[in-house]
Amino acid sequence: MNFEANVGLEVHVQLRTKTKIFCGCPTTFGAPPNTHVCPVCLGYPGAMPAMNSEAIRLTVLSGLMLGCKINPYSKMDRKNYYYPDMPKNYQISQYDQPLCLGGGIEITRPDGSKKTIRLTRIHIEEDVGKNMHFAASSGIDFNRAGTPLMEIVTEPDMAGADEAMAFLEALKEILAYGGISDVNLEEGNMRCDVNSSVRPVGQAQLGTKTELKNMNTFKGVHRALSYEIARQIADVEKGQRIRQETRRWDDAAGITLTMRSKEEAHDYRYFPEPDLLPIVLSQAQIDEWAKVLPELPEKRRARMMADYGIPEYDAGVLAADQDIANYFEATAKLAKSAKAASNWIMTTVLAKLTELHLTIGEVKITPAQLAGLINLVEAKTINMPTAKEVFELMFAQGGDAAAIVQAKGLAQVSDTGAIEKFVDEAIAANAKTVADYKGGKEAALKSLIGQVMKLSKGKANPGLVNDLLKQKLS
Amino acid sequence: MSTLNQLTVAEAAAKLAKRECSSAELVAAVLASIEKHDKQVGAYLTVDAESALEQARAADAARSRGEHQPLLGVPVGVKDLLNVTGQPCTCGSKILKGYVAPYDATAVAKLRAAGAVILGRLNMDEFAMGGSTENSAYQPTRNPWDLSRVPGGSSGGSAAAVAADEALATLGSDTGGSIRQPAGFCGCVGLKPTYGRVSRYGLTAFASSLDQIGPLTKTVRDSALLLSAISGRDPHDSTSLDAPVPDYAAQLGGDLKGLRLGLPKEYFIDGLDAEVEQSVRAAVDQCRALGAEIVEISLPHSKYAVAVYYIIATAEASANLARFDGVRYGLRVDGEDPIDQYGKTRAAGFGQEVKRRIILGTYVLSSGYHDAYYLRAQKVRTLIRRDFETAFQKCDAILTPVAPTAAYKLGEQINDPLKMYLGDIFTIPVNLAGICGVSVPCGFTSEKLPVGLHIVGPALREDVILKVGHAYEQATPWHLRKPEISSQKAE
Ligand SMILES: [Zn+2]
Repeated sequence: MNFEANVGLEVHVQLRTKTKIFCGCPTTFGAPPNTHVCPVCLGYPGAMPAMNSEAIRLTVLSGLMLGCKINPYSKMDRKNYYYPDMPKNYQISQYDQPLCLGGGIEITRPDGSKKTIRLTRIHIEEDVGKNMHFAASSGIDFNRAGTPLMEIVTEPDMAGADEAMAFLEALKEILAYGGISDVNLEEGNMRCDVNSSVRPVGQAQLGTKTELKNMNTFKGVHRALSYEIARQIADVEKGQRIRQETRRWDDAAGITLTMRSKEEAHDYRYFPEPDLLPIVLSQAQIDEWAKVLPELPEKRRARMMADYGIPEYDAGVLAADQDIANYFEATAKLAKSAKAASNWIMTTVLAKLTELHLTIGEVKITPAQLAGLINLVEAKTINMPTAKEVFELMFAQGGDAAAIVQAKGLAQVSDTGAIEKFVDEAIAANAKTVADYKGGKEAALKSLIGQVMKLSKGKANPGLVNDLLKQKLS
Repeated sequence: MSTLNQLTVAEAAAKLAKRECSSAELVAAVLASIEKHDKQVGAYLTVDAESALEQARAADAARSRGEHQPLLGVPVGVKDLLNVTGQPCTCGSKILKGYVAPYDATAVAKLRAAGAVILGRLNMDEFAMGGSTENSAYQPTRNPWDLSRVPGGSSGGSAAAVAADEALATLGSDTGGSIRQPAGFCGCVGLKPTYGRVSRYGLTAFASSLDQIGPLTKTVRDSALLLSAISGRDPHDSTSLDAPVPDYAAQLGGDLKGLRLGLPKEYFIDGLDAEVEQSVRAAVDQCRALGAEIVEISLPHSKYAVAVYYIIATAEASANLARFDGVRYGLRVDGEDPIDQYGKTRAAGFGQEVKRRIILGTYVLSSGYHDAYYLRAQKVRTLIRRDFETAFQKCDAILTPVAPTAAYKLGEQINDPLKMYLGDIFTIPVNLAGICGVSVPCGFTSEKLPVGLHIVGPALREDVILKVGHAYEQATPWHLRKPEISSQKAE
């Protein structure tokens, strides 16, 4: 029997706000334990939450980018359960009236085909603290408690680990684009719960699902999901029923384990948060926020291919990062060849960034300056090797390419008379190579070109050299 | 011993302004009164005399610098669930033993800004759950009019202190009648402002959608003075109202001509004590004599109010009190694991009534019962609110008894929670509707126990109920009587 998997994700994303969701404590990562806390985020008697409107704006922006319907009226609710890292022993979240409904993300499957993963909803909530275990005791760091989170819930539309991975990558890219989140996985900016079930191909009803809690790396999701789907299929094939339960991923052992069964599931006793007013958004407010809506990476790729005539591969590489895409477009608009701009950025610039651990914003060469360099090559004022040399100088100190070329006397020699002199010299000094060429060895011409370039100190126009040599040796 | 402690807030403020006494003298007189009477009354849980005198001297110094805030140098006591920086805040519970507040509640900060001296912490039913102050984990408070009787609750300490002249004025909190009922039992004025009029920030929550902070005072004018000081929008409390704060005291005066006062036909019920009814009806007549037109109104859904209240209030309380787990502050009883620690801490830290309400609140929110109880209660709450909206089209304020009886004996109702719950039958609808109400003394029973008149007004019309209360008070002698304990001459 053939099986198919149905995977749904609940992704928790830390929103990029300066302060926590209900108090003025900073959200900066890595501070000493319990230094970014106050009566509100510690759940002290009498302390009350006050909503951070930036958290709402970022969530609405995400909803707009992901094609969700923005609810004009939503509310906060209390989700009740006891856990040491939860200061109030209830979490302020959204239950039945979330900020955003519906929407979807287009992913590219491993075979290159496209598929849309539908979203169920997006809501906001507060993060909890972090339990820390020591040799003889445990502690809790509440610095993270009250950090604003957005939870994105999908429909069970992913067919397996690869699609789940593609979804997470696409989501991460979009959120980074919108400036919604730092999406720094090491700092726990994106964590997810993974729901999966299997069913025989052709069966209409979904199988019984299990939930994998608190996955914090994409690779982990992929491994855990691959294991879990295989486990479920094997169990079903053995004639066993899948139990609805929460499981956890043991990364070291590479297996998933039962955490709690459905019967042990919490009754969260949701009810509306009486300390906060409902969130009422006017269309005017939503429209105002929508003004700064960035183009989605997928759309941008398509547009860049159309606008600049660059191949899909190039567009994919360049659009993966919004700042790099902006840099490319600024360069391409001024450069005589957009493809040359793409090549320069994809190879030379990106290699530099990787090598020196820089971001594009830290690069000294402006798009206009890079376009200037490209245009010198296009005009055959300098050749590629010279251009690379000029690029290094510009990278180190910035500056205008034409000025550097002039100051250093690097302009390409395209004067036929001057080159002819070098060609004659080379022919005279390399009788054996000339004989080889005339004897039919095509490779000998390359060697002669090299000699001419050497004589011209690299400044001769290689095309002209080639033409002149062929002409003289024919 | 001086009798400065017997002054009203308005009188004290005038004397201080005229330099007829200093704040240090005034506070010393109040401290002496506490020293003398509180062993019997038990209104205070803690009094930081040193800090109070220090604040008083600072107020005197400020006055000599030319400052003249309305309450400059006037001592005010606070109920033990309001956070005051550096002071304990036990909420009358063992579970908060050892907790020291790291911040000022907004109402306290506003009192300080108005110049008041924060005096001490007043006893209460544990987490404001109760109507007699017998649920305090620390001590009972006794009614200054009859020490064998309760002062009412949950702000029993706040009311008893004012009645015994152990304070000029106090702050309490009212979730279902917890200011008005003890004010009625102790013969003082107790005001529950409109929901959102006073910031709840720093008030340890019992039922967040019902709680309000308000003053307990010797006169209506004093309540008006305190209300102006503590009201206003607070960014820390999203439910606080962004409405201008009038000078309530300045608007007092005049008779009741042109005002229509409603009498709800459903409120003069079977369980209403005959003497209480007599006093309230006499008060109604007095209001008529002062020029008010008395109209009959109907509040048909009020009969469900107590049931609705014990669903909504306990549901909210079950979540509000979840934070007391021994992890970050207060009592901790160690256990095998966190869950075991919670169980042991909460079993040892909470009293009987609090546990009863947490269990009830947890139950009504449980899956399978949520819709039948919690959701239905919310719907009936809406109906109760509409009843008042309809009634206020016919009248400017409503007159009712504060409680069905006068103060009862200690121990009399403690084992009958249902009877105690019904004691709030006239006050609870006001909290559910989010409107305002004030309790004003309107007579005494044959056992010389005070009776309270309950004046209820629409949202943000504290000015109206204070005007009615003031006109009535000025026309009657009740507020001038003192319990024997307070009128005992100093030796
Ligand atoms: Zn904080």
